[in-house]
Amino acid sequence: MLTRIVAVGLLAGLLAGLLVSLLQQATTTPLILAVETYEKEGDKPVASDHSRRDGHAKAHGHEHGVGWKPADGLPRFFFTGLATIATAVGIAFVLVACMIFAGEAIDERRALAWAVAGFVATGLVPAAGLAPELPGAAAGDLVGRQAWWAATAVATGFALWAFLKTSNWLLRLGAIVILLAPHLIGAPHPNAFKSRVPAELAAQFAALSLLVQAVLWIIVGWAVGMLWPRFASRPAA
Amino acid sequence: MATTTAPVVPTSERSEALQAAGIALLLGLGLVFLTGFAYPEAIHNAAHDTRHSLSFPCH
Repeated sequence: MLTRIVAVGLLAGLLAGLLVSLLQQATTTPLILAVETYEKEGDKPVASDHSRRDGHAKAHGHEHGVGWKPADGLPRFFFTGLATIATAVGIAFVLVACMIFAGEAIDERRALAWAVAGFVATGLVPAAGLAPELPGAAAGDLVGRQAWWAATAVATGFALWAFLKTSNWLLRLGAIVILLAPHLIGAPHPNAFKSRVPAELAAQFAALSLLVQAVLWIIVGWAVGMLWPRFASRPAA
Repeated sequence: MATTTAPVVPTSERSEALQAAGIALLLGLGLVFLTGFAYPEAIHNAAHDTRHSLSFPCH
């Protein structure tokens, strides 16, 4: 069984990751590169900027330090693609695992529906609290944001599953409360807005990055559903 | 007849599936953590554009 999950997850993730890497090159990456020119301008010393270090905690800062990073051009494309494929494989494993835990049969229609729910849980709903950011945008504390994001994703996914699983209205009400809880608690936000990036670019990026994540989930879901029956093991295995 | 076939979903098969799903879940979450959340600078820089383009919280 594990071999089947790994084989389907690897293939589905590879397919989705490769296609989405190309999509990123056409959509989000040009915006990230465009924004880096604003960041570089912003890094030049300005008279009013001497307190930058002190304000770093809340000012996003987007510092990569002096450590290794892929060179612009082909290496950067390669590593972005590699990271996207790895993410897609991870998502495929999680998708199959959740469907097995739920006792769901895995076929194209069901896997696609679960993938859409996955996108709602890890893309759409967390974006209500933490809008997708371009580099250089002001943002609250990273660990706090990551924790809120992960908690929201888990709560949303669980609430969707619970809501659809039961017909008891009290349990459904409970699912709605779980769905809303992270938003009532609230995501960590910056105290000040510091981005030098034009709002038009930031808005465009927020929409595109949600689309890219949606496409990743959808291809993963479809591929998992399409491949799963083909990797059926024989009864003895 | 009754002795030749197993139940539709034998318990052992279900528990094996659950065990495999548990391992797959950990593997998957580990991969997503590595590409989307991990702090080491080299990992962050390599996955930087991916994190932003999939709307993960970054920096």
